[in-house]
Amino acid sequence: MGQRQLDQDRIRIDRVSKHFTLRHTRAVKEIVVKGLQGRRKELSEQFTALRDVSLTVGEGEAIALLGRNGSGKSTLLKLISGVMGADEGSIAVRGNVAGLIDVGAGFHPDLTGRENIFLNGAILGMSEAKIHQEFDRIVAFSEIEEFIDTEVKFYSSGMFLRLAFAVAVHTDPDIFLVDEILAVGDEPFQHKCLDRIRELRDEGKCLVIVSHDLDMVSRFTDRGVVLDKGRMVHDGPIDEAVALLRRRAEG
Amino acid sequence: MVVSSGPRQTGGHGDRGASPSHPTAHLDKANITPMSDTAIFQAPGTGGGLLDVFHRRYLLRLLVHKELKARYHGSVLGMLWSYIKPAVQFGVFYFVIGVFFKMNNAVDSYAVYLFSGIIAMNFFSEAFGNATRSITGNWALVKKIYLPRELFPVASVFVSFTHFIPQVLVLLVGCLVTGWHPTVWQLLAGVGGFLVLAVFALGLGLIFGALNVVFRDFENVVDLILMVATWASPVIYTWTAVRDALGDGPLWWLYQCNPLTNVVEIFHWTFWYPTTDGRAPMPTQMPTFVAIAAGVSVVVLGIGQLVFRRFDGRFAQEL
Ligand SMILES: Nc1ncnc2c1ncn2[C@@H]1O[C@H](COP(=O)(O)OP(=O)(O)OP(=O)(O)O)[C@@H](O)[C@H]1O
Ligand SMILES: [Mg+2]
Repeated sequence: MGQRQLDQDRIRIDRVSKHFTLRHTRAVKEIVVKGLQGRRKELSEQFTALRDVSLTVGEGEAIALLGRNGSGKSTLLKLISGVMGADEGSIAVRGNVAGLIDVGAGFHPDLTGRENIFLNGAILGMSEAKIHQEFDRIVAFSEIEEFIDTEVKFYSSGMFLRLAFAVAVHTDPDIFLVDEILAVGDEPFQHKCLDRIRELRDEGKCLVIVSHDLDMVSRFTDRGVVLDKGRMVHDGPIDEAVALLRRRAEG
Repeated sequence: MVVSSGPRQTGGHGDRGASPSHPTAHLDKANITPMSDTAIFQAPGTGGGLLDVFHRRYLLRLLVHKELKARYHGSVLGMLWSYIKPAVQFGVFYFVIGVFFKMNNAVDSYAVYLFSGIIAMNFFSEAFGNATRSITGNWALVKKIYLPRELFPVASVFVSFTHFIPQVLVLLVGCLVTGWHPTVWQLLAGVGGFLVLAVFALGLGLIFGALNVVFRDFENVVDLILMVATWASPVIYTWTAVRDALGDGPLWWLYQCNPLTNVVEIFHWTFWYPTTDGRAPMPTQMPTFVAIAAGVSVVVLGIGQLVFRRFDGRFAQEL
C-alpha cells in the first residue's frame, strides 16, 4: 500500500452529504399559521440525496458513476462543479472543472450559432483568444457550417445539441464531468463524441462519467463507483460495479 | 508536477478499519503526505464574488450583449425605444406638472430640472428592478453551470447603463438649448453621482436578487419600493418644498440620507444649475449629504455582497 501522491489528486470528496428541503408550501398564510402553531416542521421535509460519500479521483483517471434513477449521481456532479454546496463534509478540486451536463444550458435561442459559440465558450470558462482559436474546430465538429449564422431557435433539437456539445468538448478543463452524453445526436455523432471523450481521457484529463449505458462505460473506464439511494455502495473495478448493478437489477 | 500515465490503480486500499462506515473511502488521512501542492486545492463554487466578475469581463460583455439582443429581438425600432420611452414620460410630466400645475413658473428651466431627475430614477429603477430578477431570469444557467452568479446583477446594471446613455444625450441637447455652462467640478460631480447610483442599485439588486430566489414575493416588494422612490426624491418638486414641510430636524436628515435624493440633487447641480441664473438655492449641507450618500451606497453594496454569498449555495436547488 503506497503513499498516496497528493499532487496527483484532482477531486477529493470527504464524507459529503446533501439534503434537500422539500417545501410543501410557499403561501405566506400557511407559513404564518403553522409557524404560530409551532408546527413549522410540517411545512417542509428533509430529503437526503447523498449520504456520507467519500471519493478521490486522480489526474488522468476516468471513473464511471453509476446507479439507479434518483440515486444522486447528478447531485454529486453538481457538488463537484460548485453549482450547489454540500451540507456536510468537504469537497476540494484542483484545477478547473467543466461539464457536459445539460450542454445547451448556456444557449440563447435568439442568438445565432456563432454568437452562441462565443457566449457558451465564455460561460464554460474559455478566454476570448481561446474561443477564436478553437472556433473553426468547434464548427467543424458540430457539422452545421451552413447554419452557423442562423438563430439557434431555428435549429432542430439534434443540431442544437451538436453545437452545444461541440463547444463543451473544446473547452480545456482539468476535470471533466459527463452526464448522460448518449442522449446526444444521431449515431455517427455519438461515436464522434465518444472518440472525443476518449481523446480527453488519453490527454490525462480527470473524467467523471455518469451513464446508464453499462457496456459503454465499461469500455471507457476501469473504475466504477455505484450509488444507491445516496450512499456509495461500491468503489472499485468497473466490472464488479457493472456486475453489482446487474445483480441488483435482477433482484 | 508528476503526470501520471494512464488510469491509476483504484479501489482495494487497505486500512479499511479506520472508517468502518466508509468501506470504500479513499481519503485516508493517515497516509497523506503533506505537500505544498495542496495549496491549489479549492472548494468548488467558492469564488471571489464581485472580484470574479472583474476577472470574467469578457463573459460579462457577452451577457450584456445577449440581454440587449434578446430584449430588442423582433422589434423594428430596437434601441430607439430607449429614446422614445423617456421622451413620452418626460412629455407627460412636463405638461401635467410643468404647464398645468405651473411648476414652469416656479422653477427656472423646469424641463431640464425635471428630466435630469427622471433619468437618474429611470436608471436606478431599471438597474435595481432587473438585477432583482436576474438570478431567477437566468435560472437555466444558475441551475446547471457554476458561474460567479454576481455576473447577472452586474450585467443588469450594465444593460441599464446602455439605456441611460441615450437619455443623457437627449438631456444634453436640452441643456445646450437652454444655455448650459458647467464647470469641470459640476461635470465630475455628475460622473460621481452616477457611480454612487450604480453602486447603490447593484447593492440593492444583489440583496433582493438573492432573496427573490427563495421567495418570489421580493420582486413585487421591489416594484413597490421603486414606486415610492420616484416620489421620495426631488424629481418633480424642489428640495425647498420638503424642507418647508419637514423643517430641518431629523426627518429632513432622513430624507437627505437617501442616496437617490442626493444623486438627483447632484444631477440637478450638473445639468440644471448651469442653465439657470444661479439664484436657485442648493442645500447648504450638500457636501455632507453627498458624503453620506456615497457611504450608504458602499455599505449597501457590501451588505449586498454578503447576503448574496450567503444565499449563493442555495440558488441551484431553490430554482
Ligand atoms: N433541487 C432539488 N430539490 C429537491 N430535491 C432534489 C433536487 N435535486 C435533486 N433532488 C432529488 O435528489 C435525488 C437525486 O437526484 P439526482 O438528479 O442526483 O439523481 P440521478 O442519480 O442523477 O438520477 P438519474 O439517473 O435519473 O439522472 C432525487 O430523488 C431528486 O428528486
Ligand atoms: Mg441525473
